[in-house]
Amino acid sequence: MATQINKQLGDNIFLTTLDAAASWARANSLWPMPFATACCGIELMSTAASRHDLSRFGSEVMRFTPRQCDLMIVAGRVVMKMIPVLQRIWMQMPEPKWCISMGACACSGGVFDTYAVVQGIDRFIPVDVYVPGCPPRPEQLIRAIMDLQDKIKKTGTYNAREFQLRILPDGPKRFDEDELMRIRERNGLELDDHKYDPIH
Amino acid sequence: MTESAESDWKQVLEKALPSANLRFSEFRNQQRVDVPASGIVAALTALRDAGMDQLCDLTAVDLLEYPGATDRFEVVYLLLNTTSGQRLTVRTHLNEPDLKIPSAVPIWFGADWLEREVYDMYGIVFEGHPNFKRLLLPDAFESFPMRKDYPVKGRGERHNFPIITRAES
Repeated sequence: MATQINKQLGDNIFLTTLDAAASWARANSLWPMPFATACCGIELMSTAASRHDLSRFGSEVMRFTPRQCDLMIVAGRVVMKMIPVLQRIWMQMPEPKWCISMGACACSGGVFDTYAVVQGIDRFIPVDVYVPGCPPRPEQLIRAIMDLQDKIKKTGTYNAREFQLRILPDGPKRFDEDELMRIRERNGLELDDHKYDPIH
Repeated sequence: MTESAESDWKQVLEKALPSANLRFSEFRNQQRVDVPASGIVAALTALRDAGMDQLCDLTAVDLLEYPGATDRFEVVYLLLNTTSGQRLTVRTHLNEPDLKIPSAVPIWFGADWLEREVYDMYGIVFEGHPNFKRLLLPDAFESFPMRKDYPVKGRGERHNFPIITRAES
């Protein structure tokens, strides 16, 4: 049937699903929201500048209001005081939306393993692509955006509600050391008495 | 620094706090004086009036397990005479549970944020401060992270937030 229609109409008409067409359009028209807090932000600017030219991949339109964006690029370390802000900005972005965690600090806290620095933003907001490096080269960020485009083309939807079904996390949760600390505190173990507790 | 200038502020302090136990010391040509916490306002006011017109820094040290130390906390005032270039370190010691000291804001207004930072990091309360609250950390923060008995990785504060999943956002 499809081949007969193709024969009839030639190259003038392409047949596809609405889902795939919407995802294709979406993947090539990303609007990033730069959440740049540290040196990764400099590489992010460099990626968008003329030398590396992010517009070749259709995602050069950076907007500083989350309401116009569908891709959040978290570039740099995020401290605990910043998490409510980060979560609020994420909630303000309209669906469908994606998140790139750029650099070692955003992915895991990096070298800043202190009371103030969050050990990976994926503990509090969903993350689609992680970019390692300290800071990553612009090529790495471009590669991450290309990977994200592949992901959008495979998992994107024409109405974003399907995200509920497709990207709910399942499987075993990773062990959380801080949860162990909270359990110990609940059980009345005085942490003050253990100055060299290996958990700390 | 001349001998006369040095004896000047020593006389000023001894006149301002006649019965207090002042301890003068010197470290690599830096003049230091230890003042009891009860007399800190009188000492700082007298020094300010005697020409020590700039408060360069106000900070604290936690002397937990420090060799030779007898008190837990040390509040440090670094003073400068902008006319003569003379510098002076004023120190006072505090112990738990009485971590209260009169504020230096009425003497130098620049002590405002410095005292709030010291409270933020060490939990030392400056009485009489016009706007006394945390400076850097969130108001809900309960610990004082620069204390030596506070773990570097905190006590779970950095992970005490709601987790937003894909389905919720």
